Amino acid sequence: MTIFRKLTVNELRLLLREPMVAFFAFLFPAVLVGILGCIPDFRDPSADLGGLRVIDVYVGIAVALTLAMLGLQFMPAVLATYREKGILRRMATTPVRPMVLLAAQLAASLVSALISGALVLAVGRIAFDVALPAQFAGFVLAYLLAALGVFSIGLFVAAVVPTGKAGNAVGTLLFFPSMFFAGLWLPREVMPGWLRQIGDFTPLGAGERGLHEAMTGHWPSLLSATVLVGYLVVFGLAAARLFRWS
Amino acid sequence: MAVIEVQNLRKRYGDTVAVRDVSFTVDRGEIFGILGPNGAGKTTTVECIAGLRTPDDGTITVLDRRPRDPELRKLVGVQLQESELPEKMSVREALELYSAFYPEPADWRALARDLGLDEKLGTRFAKLSGGQKQRLSIALALIGNPRIAILDELTTGLDPQARRDTWGLIESIRDRGVTILLVTHFMEEAERLCDRLAVIDRGEVVALDTPAGLVAAMSSEQRIRFRPSAPLDDSLLLAAPEVASVRHHGSLLEVTGSGNLLFVVTSLLASHQIVAHELRVEQDNLDDAFVRLTQRTAEEK
Repeated sequence: MTIFRKLTVNELRLLLREPMVAFFAFLFPAVLVGILGCIPDFRDPSADLGGLRVIDVYVGIAVALTLAMLGLQFMPAVLATYREKGILRRMATTPVRPMVLLAAQLAASLVSALISGALVLAVGRIAFDVALPAQFAGFVLAYLLAALGVFSIGLFVAAVVPTGKAGNAVGTLLFFPSMFFAGLWLPREVMPGWLRQIGDFTPLGAGERGLHEAMTGHWPSLLSATVLVGYLVVFGLAAARLFRWS
Repeated sequence: MAVIEVQNLRKRYGDTVAVRDVSFTVDRGEIFGILGPNGAGKTTTVECIAGLRTPDDGTITVLDRRPRDPELRKLVGVQLQESELPEKMSVREALELYSAFYPEPADWRALARDLGLDEKLGTRFAKLSGGQKQRLSIALALIGNPRIAILDELTTGLDPQARRDTWGLIESIRDRGVTILLVTHFMEEAERLCDRLAVIDRGEVVALDTPAGLVAAMSSEQRIRFRPSAPLDDSLLLAAPEVASVRHHGSLLEVTGSGNLLFVVTSLLASHQIVAHELRVEQDNLDDAFVRLTQRTAEEK
């Protein structure tokens, strides 16, 4: 256990030493909420959003954004680099299994996502009076399911790409459509119905839907939960089967 | 007493046979070298011993255990080729972290001092020179106080001074009772460090001996070079049964042969009142023995 903690702390420290990653993972989602909140129109209730304000909607989207950046862009690149550079192989010669390093990297990404998500909620609440999730337990559940679903896709990418650079490229390629369906450019509430339905089956679309439902006082819908568990099972198992240590 | 036993090891990757048939034993407390040209199967052999690869055939025991036994990870330190660390991890962080992996680690500060890394503790991996990275890699292999250290291409990338310093360190580690398995393609390193050597070529052991034994076995021929003070008829030299050939390089004469060659040649010269200037007796070193060994197996194929 103490080795796992040491490795996790170490991974977090390494993450903080990458200025771009540290900024985008920890601060950018909160900054985005801050910027959007400064636009007066976005602080007025909108009929299109069922009486919600744009800023209310974007808090959930910003939380999903954190997960996408860490799980799809950062984590696969780090793990693929660890394999490419022989770091996992070196670890295989020590009493600590490389699996522990992998778990520590996942834990570090999750901790970062939690801190960043909390920051988003705090900025929304304090600066723009966005209500905290009405169904808080549901929000945590939706968050964890979304994190697990997205991270297992990230693990799968790390398992199949040959290099860290390729990991980053594939991750970025997945990032944009994923965030599109999560509503980063066009909130799900104003998407045409068919587009929203497609989004329901994407990891971040389902994740954002679950988060939004919890923000407005409901438990995440069964569909969202099932979709996310599905991603976890399918990509988690595939990653476990395909992951090469060297 | 053997701490590593390798018997009829065989390993292929797809259609390429990396290791055809390798057997040897390594005794407690010795420095055992594996020598061979590039692509001979050296690294594959040690990776099988380190438990990183599964042999297709043959048996390996390390400290009476199977190579993949988790217990061995505490007892065997491994330094691999091309094994890096995260770019932004400092030397101190790496040493501290890796020493936490082991139940009875060595004092990492002392290790850093012995390897000349004590002034680089705050430096991040990406900023280290090739030699410093290599020394850190050696430190990490020794940090668990292993009973066996496997070192692959130990001094590749080190400058001559750092190489000699590292040799000194390896000898001091052996003096503490650690058995060392060394992969190298530096003859000087093998000659200086190794108690015994296995020469591997094309996936097979082609010779197994002490460095001096290898040289002696391979060099049946002696070579004498000198500048005679007066012209000398070749036939005089060739008349002696010990002399195999006489060659002229300008005014320099090269005589090859066997047996008591030096005595035969010098007494012949003396009886003709010729003085041999710049007389040199050339003896094979490990380099020559190695080249001859690997050439011989190439011709046999």
